[in-house]
Amino acid sequence: MSPQLRHISFTLNGNSVTAEVAPHHTLVEMLQEQFHLYGARESCGQGLCGCCTVIVNGRSVSGCLYLAAFADQANIVTVEGLAKGEQLDPVQEAFVSCSGFQCGFCTSGFILMVNQLLEKNANPTEDEIRHYLSGNLCRCATYPDIISAVHAAATTLRKE
Amino acid sequence: MSTHVDAPAPVERKAPTTTQIGRSIPRLESRAKVTGEAEYIHNLRLPGMLYGKIFRSTVPHGRIVRIDTRAAKELPGVFAVITGEDVRALIPDPYYGPAFHDQPVLAIDKVRYVGEPVAVALSEDPHIAEHAANLIEAEYEDLPAVFDEVEAAAATQVFVHDALRPAGMFPDLKHLHGRTKTNVALDFTLRRNDVEQGFAQADYVFEHVFRTPTVAHTALEPIVSVAEPRGPQALTIHTSSQSPSFVRSEVARLLGWPENRVRVRTAFLGGGFGAKLYIKLEAMVAVLALMVKRPVKISLTMEEQFYTITKHATTVHLKTGVTKAGKITARQCEAWWNGGAYADIGPRVTQKSGFTAAGPYDIENVALNSYAVYTNLPPAGALRGFGIPQLVWAYESHTDLIARELEIDPLEFRRANILRDGRPQATGTIMHDIATVEVLDALSSAMRWGESFDRGKGSIRRGHGIAIGFKACIAPTTSGAIVNLYGDGSCAVYCGTVDMGQGSDTVMAQIAAEVLGLDPQSVSVIHPDTDVTPYDMATLGSRSTFHMGNAVRLAALEAREKLFAIAGKALEADPSLLTVADNGVSAPSGRRLSIADVIKSTFLMQAGNIIGTGSFRPTYTSPSQGDGQSDDITPFWMVGAVGAEVEVDTETGRVRVTRLVNVADVGTPINPGIVTRQLNGGALMQLGFTMSEAVRFDNGQAVNASLADYKIPGILDIPDQTLAKIVAGCQSTGPFGAKGVGETGTFAVSPAIANAVHDAVGVRIFDLPLTPETVYRALRAAQHNPLEDQQ
Ligand code: FES
Ligand code: FES
Repeated sequence: MSPQLRHISFTLNGNSVTAEVAPHHTLVEMLQEQFHLYGARESCGQGLCGCCTVIVNGRSVSGCLYLAAFADQANIVTVEGLAKGEQLDPVQEAFVSCSGFQCGFCTSGFILMVNQLLEKNANPTEDEIRHYLSGNLCRCATYPDIISAVHAAATTLRKE
Repeated sequence: MSTHVDAPAPVERKAPTTTQIGRSIPRLESRAKVTGEAEYIHNLRLPGMLYGKIFRSTVPHGRIVRIDTRAAKELPGVFAVITGEDVRALIPDPYYGPAFHDQPVLAIDKVRYVGEPVAVALSEDPHIAEHAANLIEAEYEDLPAVFDEVEAAAATQVFVHDALRPAGMFPDLKHLHGRTKTNVALDFTLRRNDVEQGFAQADYVFEHVFRTPTVAHTALEPIVSVAEPRGPQALTIHTSSQSPSFVRSEVARLLGWPENRVRVRTAFLGGGFGAKLYIKLEAMVAVLALMVKRPVKISLTMEEQFYTITKHATTVHLKTGVTKAGKITARQCEAWWNGGAYADIGPRVTQKSGFTAAGPYDIENVALNSYAVYTNLPPAGALRGFGIPQLVWAYESHTDLIARELEIDPLEFRRANILRDGRPQATGTIMHDIATVEVLDALSSAMRWGESFDRGKGSIRRGHGIAIGFKACIAPTTSGAIVNLYGDGSCAVYCGTVDMGQGSDTVMAQIAAEVLGLDPQSVSVIHPDTDVTPYDMATLGSRSTFHMGNAVRLAALEAREKLFAIAGKALEADPSLLTVADNGVSAPSGRRLSIADVIKSTFLMQAGNIIGTGSFRPTYTSPSQGDGQSDDITPFWMVGAVGAEVEVDTETGRVRVTRLVNVADVGTPINPGIVTRQLNGGALMQLGFTMSEAVRFDNGQAVNASLADYKIPGILDIPDQTLAKIVAGCQSTGPFGAKGVGETGTFAVSPAIANAVHDAVGVRIFDLPLTPETVYRALRAAQHNPLEDQQ
């Protein structure tokens, strides 16, 4: 089992980077092992919980299943890429002010999904929010506060 | 000097206004959690670290004939493959557990459930370790197995363990030592007055049996531990544990070392819910690391969590005598707890929750029996509520059925029988600071009980239901804390409470900040590290706000006293007249110094520490053997009531909970926002255990051990409205009047929903969960037209 390593290059949170990946390495493994980014994290490992969410070319993927090799030439955004220096992005701000988390293990995935939702729909209804986030699980069941956070972030973003 | 309080410390009713208590400040770690940077043990990598992958038993009960590790060992990149026999070379008696020393680090001689760890493959590459684990083969001689808790308790042929091995920590288990030919790990008995006489006084006697299935914690951060040898004589364990102090003492005991050679530290936990208590992977990684002299990490997969720890399946038999007027005269309860193959903390659940099995009612005559039972299933332990939700499921479904039969309003029936402040509970302990009546009143108004209610039409029928449960905080347990003021006036709290999402860091910071006149956001809370933080029994059972909160408060008070002694000189004032606020100390004269300047006044530069320590252990009288009576069974009581509104589709059996209200007596909340979130989180977790969750077994094999087949609530499953109502009371012995709250939201959810379903469509569900199939079958049976396979 010493698979051929492949050299890939891609954009990671705005920076051009390169990595050596084996065919079976997942995106989450690569981000953790080679870039020390732990915001996308494996929980179910089956594409069911959303803890491993990463944005690849503007679309959310399950980083536990998405193979690292496919990141070649892609534009990758993780939760670590949202804040501008000290300045949190509006969705992160809203998760803080509404306490849209408890243990925080699912939070990166929710924040990335909410960002994606609000790009498409600046003023989602509660029903739209629920459907959009239905692929993300939170065992602490902070759902009511997550919904409040989405409304709060939407309000801020509409003002900007 | 350390401030140690044995007796409940009366709260000094100081200045009527507090500045930090009752404030919903955001969590201290907010930023780290929304940027993905929060520290979890999940993230940890150490130089030279090996990954372990566990090879698990495929049979529920069998004698190990042979374990073949050759192919695994030959795989390139494999560092070692370790079996139970190898472990025994290092530790002659490698059995652990909080109540019984029954669980081997890796199986020895026998396996007792499907999924039990048998061997571990180690490699620098986790994929290679996994591949190697798949190459291990084992041969077993099948033994007969037992799965059902009632059958196992009565078994005369099949025994999971040859002899009982109580750990010796709990006096009420000692007499079980060496007992053979039984699967009953503990039989707890409570007798209050004469239950037979109570039944004789009754006009009616009701009997029902209720069941709950095995369910799983599924914390999203799967259980993970890393052991790091520090030479041959010392070890650091980094672990996602809720009980670092216990891990230290138990690993030290196994190794025959003093505790000071084992360091156990944690980080944030990605959820715990009781799964990460006592020993899970810690003994295994410790032994492996010492054997291979390298750091070893084992992270479970979500599937493996189902094989590691679950919540007890139960069978509860209730019998109640009641007068025509609706007064309960007697209640008898027998509860069987399916503990799986290893006792874990099950015997504690059996006793500590068992004594509340008659419910929060004032009943003259009570007889309770509660059995912890070994079976050939994965071990069961604590899960948010410590057995209470299973009991409330039974007694509140039962209570509702009785009210219905008597044609008394269910809320009025409960109100008439409720245990009030100042009355004795079934153990004989007089209840104090318990807001049962207030909780029922608040529930009544939140549910608009008694007002007209839309019953739906056509195939969608609506109903509403209520339930109330209570719990005694586990006793006796100890917490210690240190509060340290540094030379620049900044403050750190050293405490062994694990923040697994419940917000304890923030609450401890608020308590210290309140005493010392600081901004809580500026206080840092040092995460559990047994080389640094004082002993804490564990983060469980909603005990931390009360126990650790008291310890932190005492430590902060001691630090403040020292600060005042120094400041008194600097400010030329009587120390007893000084006050703190806004990071400074003020004298009645109006003179003021910052805390940093006070410290500087004695250390002459930015240097030194002002350290306060606190330790807290409430009083306790253990229940007497035989009748379970005690005059001091618990330091505080928690009360939680739930109201549910549901829609039942009579064509499919599907139940939709449209409104879920939970009302809790939380004492004085330190941070109402966090309290509300804990209540809602608990209620919604229990919603999963009510509506969909059940681990299904086929000959002991869990067949749905994946989030694909085991359905936990998602955002689409939560009610249109989820509401938590805080009944502010005062726990007079708690820190600033607070009591625990982490489990209260779970207590009464399941029966409230089943009672609402009964209200809507007239059928009673006795076994959780309330899947569409279960409800539909019940509807068909009620129409005398059962589904064919049931005829
Ligand atoms: S870990 Fe990838 S979806 Fe759950
Ligand atoms: S905050 Fe714990 S899983 Fe969502």
